Amino acid sequence: MSAFLRVAWLVLRKDLVVEMRSLEIVSTSLFFAVSCVLFFAVAFVQEGRPMEGAAAGILWIAVAFAGTLALGRTFERERQSETLRALLLAPADRPALYVGKLIGIVALLAVAEVVLLPLIAYLFQAPLLRTPLWMAAVLVSGTIGYCAVGTLFAAMLVRARSRDVLLPILLYPITIPVIIAGVRATAALLEAQPDLEVVRFWLSLIAAYDVVFITIALWSFEPLMTD
Amino acid sequence: MSMPKWFNPAAVLCAVMFAASPLLIANAPFESTMGMVQKISYYHMPSAWIFLIAAIICGVASVRFLFTGKARHDRLAWASAELIVLFGALALVTGPLWARKAWGTWWEWDVRLTSSLMGWMVSVAYLLVRKYGGPGSDKLAAGLALFGMANVPFIYISVNYWRTIHPKTSVIPKLPLDMGIPFWFCVTTFLLLFVLLLRMRVRLEEQRARLDALHLALD
Repeated sequence: MSAFLRVAWLVLRKDLVVEMRSLEIVSTSLFFAVSCVLFFAVAFVQEGRPMEGAAAGILWIAVAFAGTLALGRTFERERQSETLRALLLAPADRPALYVGKLIGIVALLAVAEVVLLPLIAYLFQAPLLRTPLWMAAVLVSGTIGYCAVGTLFAAMLVRARSRDVLLPILLYPITIPVIIAGVRATAALLEAQPDLEVVRFWLSLIAAYDVVFITIALWSFEPLMTD
Repeated sequence: MSMPKWFNPAAVLCAVMFAASPLLIANAPFESTMGMVQKISYYHMPSAWIFLIAAIICGVASVRFLFTGKARHDRLAWASAELIVLFGALALVTGPLWARKAWGTWWEWDVRLTSSLMGWMVSVAYLLVRKYGGPGSDKLAAGLALFGMANVPFIYISVNYWRTIHPKTSVIPKLPLDMGIPFWFCVTTFLLLFVLLLRMRVRLEEQRARLDALHLALD
C-alpha cells in the first residue's frame, strides 16, 4: 500500500511541479471559465438584476467546462513529450498513476473554483460564500466525482483520433448525476434559509458516486490502458 | 458463415406480425380515461423494454470484452449499441406523443424519462466513439458502456428525488385480457425484430472481421 501511495505522490508531485513552472493548465482553464461566466452574465443579468436561481447552474457549468479543458491538457502533455509510455512502462501500479493524476486535476480545478466562487457571487448577487464549509464540501466532492470519470477517459483517449472532441462526448452523459446533485445542492444552499436536509441528501449521493466511480476506474484502468 | 436456418422464416413471421399488429390494436377496447391516445402504448412500451434489454446486453458484453479481450463480445456490444439507439429513439418519440395528450406536456424531467434520455445519449456517444475514435476505440467504447451501466442507479436516484410523474409499470399484470393480448403480441413482435436485427448486425461484423483477416493474410 505504501508503494502505491508513493507512486501516486510522485506522479502528483511531478504534475504539480510541471504546472507550477508553466502555469499552463491553471491559467488557460481559469481564463476559459471566467469568460464562460462573463458570457452568462451578459445573457442572464438584465437591468442589473440577475435571473433567479441562475448562479448554481452557472457555477457548475463553468467548473465542468474548465474541467474538460484541464483534463484534456494533462494527458496531452504526456503525449507530446512521449512520457506516457514511460509512465506505463515503469514498474509501478497502474492504478497509482491514475490516483496521482486524479488528485492533481482536482487540485488544479480547486484553484479555479476559488476564483470562480467570489466572481459568480458578485456578478449574480448570490450568497455563495455564506456557508463556506458546506459550499466547499459540495464543490470538492462534486469535482472529485467529475474528475474521477474524466481522468480515466482522458487517459484512454490519449491514443484516440479526435480526442479533444470525444472527451466531452464521453464525459458529459456519464457525469450528469454529479452535475444534477451539485446544482441542486448549491441551489439549496443559496435559499434564504439554507435547506441543509436537502444538501445532506445530495452530498451523500455525490459521495456514493465518487466511491463507486473511483472503484470502477481503479478496477478497469489496467485493462483499459493495455494495448 | 451463413445465416442460421431459422433466420428467413423468422423474418417473414416478424413481417406478418407487424402487419397484423395494427388490426389487433384497433380492435382492443379504449382505455377509460385516456381513450384513443393510450393505444400508442402498444408500440411505446415494447420499444422501451427492448431498449432496456439491448442496453443490458451491451453493458454485459462490453465488460466481458474488457476483461477477456475476445472480439466476439465486442461485436455483440456494438450490434446492441446500435439497437439501443434505434429502439430508444422509438421509445423517446412515442413517449412524448403520448405524454402530450395524457399529461398535457411533451416532456417532463421525470425519473424514467430523464434516465432513458441519458442512457440513450450514452449509447449515441458509444457509436460516435466507435465511428470517430480510430484505432483502440473498441476498448474506449467498452469503458464507456461500463461507466454508463454504473451510472444508471445514480441517474435514477437523483432524478427520483428531484421529481417524478411517470406511471409505474405495475399496471401491466393487471391488464384486462382484451388489452393484454394485443399488448403481449406487440411485445413478442418487437422482441423478434430485435433478435433478427441483432443477429444480422453481429453477422455483418463477423464478415468484416473475416474480410480484414483475409486482407492481412494476402499481404
